[in-house]
Amino acid sequence: MRLSPDDIIFWQSGFIKLNGTIVFTWALMAVLAVGSKLVTRRLSMDLQRSRWQNLLEIIVTGIEKQIEDVGLAEPRTYIGFLGTLFLFVALATLCTVIPGYEPPTGSLSTTAALALSVLIAVPYFGIEQQGLRGYLKSYVEPTFIMLPFNIISELSRTLALAVRLFGNMMSGAMIIAILLTITPFLFPIVMSALGLLTGMVQAYIFSILAAVYIAAATSGRKSKAEPALDATK
Amino acid sequence: MLIDWFTVGAQAVNFIILVWLLKRYLYKPILDAVDARERRIAVELADADAKKAEAQRERDEFQHRNEEFDRQRAALIGRATDEANTERQRLLEEARSAANALSLKRQETLRNDAEQLNQAILRRTQQEVFAIARKALSDLAGASLEQRMVEVFAQKLGAIDAKVKQGLAQGLAASPEPALIRSVFDLPAEQRATIQQALNQTFSADVKVTFETAPDLVSGIELTTNGQKLAWSIADYLESLETRVGELLKAKAKPESKVEPESTTAAEPGGEVAPKATAKATSRPKEPQLESKSQ
Repeated sequence: MRLSPDDIIFWQSGFIKLNGTIVFTWALMAVLAVGSKLVTRRLSMDLQRSRWQNLLEIIVTGIEKQIEDVGLAEPRTYIGFLGTLFLFVALATLCTVIPGYEPPTGSLSTTAALALSVLIAVPYFGIEQQGLRGYLKSYVEPTFIMLPFNIISELSRTLALAVRLFGNMMSGAMIIAILLTITPFLFPIVMSALGLLTGMVQAYIFSILAAVYIAAATSGRKSKAEPALDATK
Repeated sequence: MLIDWFTVGAQAVNFIILVWLLKRYLYKPILDAVDARERRIAVELADADAKKAEAQRERDEFQHRNEEFDRQRAALIGRATDEANTERQRLLEEARSAANALSLKRQETLRNDAEQLNQAILRRTQQEVFAIARKALSDLAGASLEQRMVEVFAQKLGAIDAKVKQGLAQGLAASPEPALIRSVFDLPAEQRATIQQALNQTFSADVKVTFETAPDLVSGIELTTNGQKLAWSIADYLESLETRVGELLKAKAKPESKVEPESTTAAEPGGEVAPKATAKATSRPKEPQLESKSQ
C-alpha cells in the first residue's frame, strides 16, 4: 500500500531523486504558469474581454477580496504568496479527477514544505511591516511569561497545517483506493466528488489560516480568529 | 518515513518558483488590467456625470429662457391688448364726437333753413296777403286795396278811444315837424287827401303830414309823430301764421320732405288759397286793429 506519491521513484542518484511528488508538482506548475501566460498574453483593457480573462479576473479579485476580509489592509502585498498557496492546493485537488494522477499535497513532504513556507513567511511579513523589534515584541505580549507559549504555538500550528492538509488529501485518495477494491462502480464516484469538495475546503482553510497568521504578525497582536478556525476542523 | 527531506526542500523551492511565476504571469497583469478598466470606468463615469450636469444646466437654462420668453410674450400681448382697447375707445370717442358735431351742424343747418324758410314764408305771405286782398277787393268790391286800407285807416282813426286820441293830439301839438305817414304802397293824391281830412277831423286841427313809402313795412299804414305811433297792421295775421307754420315745421322736422310741400302749399298764391287763408284767419283770436305804441 502506497501512502504518498513520494514512493513513486522515477529516477534516483543517491540523495537526489525524482519522485512522483516533484513530477506532479512540476506538471501543476506548468499548467498554472502556461495557462496564465496564455490568457494574460492578450489582456483586454476594454469593457469587452475573453472568457478566460474573465475567469482569471474573478479568481484573482476573489482572492484579493478574501485577503482583505481577513484584515490585511494591503492585499496586493500578500496575494503572491497566499494566492499561490490557494491555487496550488486547489488545482492539486481538482486534478484528482484525472486517472493516474496523484495529488502532490497527498505527500507529507509537500505539505511540510508549504507549512515551512508559512512559518518563514509570517515573521518575514511581520518584520517587513513592524520592524524586527516590533515583531519580536509581539512574542512577549501581554507578558513575558507568554514567550514560550507563543513559540510553541508558532511551531505547533505549522505542524498542524502540514498534517491537516496531508491527512485530508491522503485519506481522500486512500478511501477511493480502498472503495475501488470493494465496490468498483458508483460509490467511488460519490467519494471522489466528496474528495473534491474536501480538497477545495482544505485549500481555502490552508490559505486563510496563513493569511490570519500573517495578519496577526503584521498587526502586532495575536488574532482571535485562529482558534475559531481550528475548532471548525 | 513519511517525510522525505529532499522532497521537502525541492517542493519549497518549487513553491517559491511558482509564486514568482504566478506573480509575473497572473496576478500583476490581471490586477493591472482590472485597475486600468476601473480607472477607465471611473473616468467615463466622471465624464458622464459632467455631461449630465452640463445637460441639466443647459436644460435649466433653456427652461429659464422659455419661461422668460413666455413672460415677455404674455406682457407684450397684454400691452398690445391694452393699446388696442385704448385705441378703440379713442376711435369710438372720436367717431361719437364727430357724429355729435355732425348732428349739431345738421340741426344748426336745419334751424337756419327753417328760419330762412320762415322769413321767406313771412315775406311771401305778406305779399300774398296783400295780393289776395287787392285782388279780392278789386274783384268783389271794385275797390283797390290801397283805397280800402286808407278808408279803414280813416275809419279806425275816427273810432280810437279818447285816451289814445289825447296822447296823439299832444304828440302832434308838441312836434315841430309834420307827422309821418308811412305805407307799403305809394299812396295816390286822392287817398292822401282822405287821410289828411280824417286826421284833421279827428284832432280838430290842421295836421301837417308828410307821406313816405316803405315796401318792407309790415303794417299797412302807420302814423308816426313825436315818438307816438299809430298803425293799422296785419302783423298779427302774420305772427299767427308764423306760429302755425313753426309748429308744423317742428312736428314734421324729421321727415323734411313732408315739410317742403306743406309750406309750399301754404305759401302758394291763387284763388284757392284765399278762402283757406280766410278760414284760418277766422279762427284767430285777434282782429287787425289800430295799435298805439309809445316809443
